[in-house]
Amino acid sequence: MGHNVYLYILGMWAVSYLIRVLPLTLIRREITNTTIRSFLFYVPYVTLAVMTFPAILSATQSPVAAGIALAAGLALSWFGGSLFQVSVACCAIVFVAELVLVK
Amino acid sequence: MLTDRKKWFLKGLKDGIPIMLGYFAVSIALGILARKAGITAAQATIASALIMASAGQHIGFTLIAAGAGYLEVVVMEAIANARYLLMSTALSQKVDPALPLRHRLLMGLWITDEIFGVSVSVEGRLNPYYNYGMAAVATPGWALGTLAGVVLGNVLPARVVSALSVGLYGMFMSIFVPPARKNRIIAALVAISFAASWAFNALSWFDIISPGVKIIILTVAISLGAALLFPVKGGEGRGA
Repeated sequence: MGHNVYLYILGMWAVSYLIRVLPLTLIRREITNTTIRSFLFYVPYVTLAVMTFPAILSATQSPVAAGIALAAGLALSWFGGSLFQVSVACCAIVFVAELVLVK
Repeated sequence: MLTDRKKWFLKGLKDGIPIMLGYFAVSIALGILARKAGITAAQATIASALIMASAGQHIGFTLIAAGAGYLEVVVMEAIANARYLLMSTALSQKVDPALPLRHRLLMGLWITDEIFGVSVSVEGRLNPYYNYGMAAVATPGWALGTLAGVVLGNVLPARVVSALSVGLYGMFMSIFVPPARKNRIIAALVAISFAASWAFNALSWFDIISPGVKIIILTVAISLGAALLFPVKGGEGRGA
């Protein structure tokens, strides 16, 4: 290839770290602007929702099993399931569902 | 203060367990990709321990396999990981404004989708030791899963990988659903996010855009729209 793989890795790490660390180190004060504060308030929920669907459906062997886990995970979270409980429940549901759905 | 640190670190270790399991399962695929790209087990494991970014490493390994230039790899890495800028900004408002620089520099190492999602959702101020606890268990999961993928290929039965992979999405749901139950605007945003994300994936002319870029475009558009239409007043925005 003529390229050093460790140099690639170093470059990938450096640029990723800069992106991750710059706002956290440069923004040392509380932002007072209402629009920016509101934007940042909504960001976590929107980004996690965007990452969850429809990606969850292609994470498993059977999209149907993932769909069941999605519905169950939403319901369980709604009724107060903890992070650990919801996570483990989704895994268990996919495992059992795929015993039936995937030959 | 010391007991506070210890408490948060231990809580981080506990909450990091589902992240570790999910990471192990997901990163096996990354290891398999690395092997195809001609990257050794040591190189792939180091890359995973340092970079901890699924979309970013996927693109990076693919480009390395294609013999792309260093600059091209770095630029694509930046694009794939641009969403961390937003996450880091959100965390900057979540920590104590007086948090020393060394903690900020350390926290930055482990801003991943999952660690961010969990840490940003704690009540009140975020203690960095929570992130350290999660990173202490999540990082080995990611690095060892990658190693397993390179060395052994499909080490785990497909149905086990399949089941573990979905755990990360379960975590996400447990984070965004409870606030959606309390706040109608957040509930509507979750529904809009699901629909928009589905549409982006369904429409084939968006195929040229990488998953990392789709996430940031949708996040910025939807969150900005919500911020302009439904500004959060006073204390409500604090702590998120």
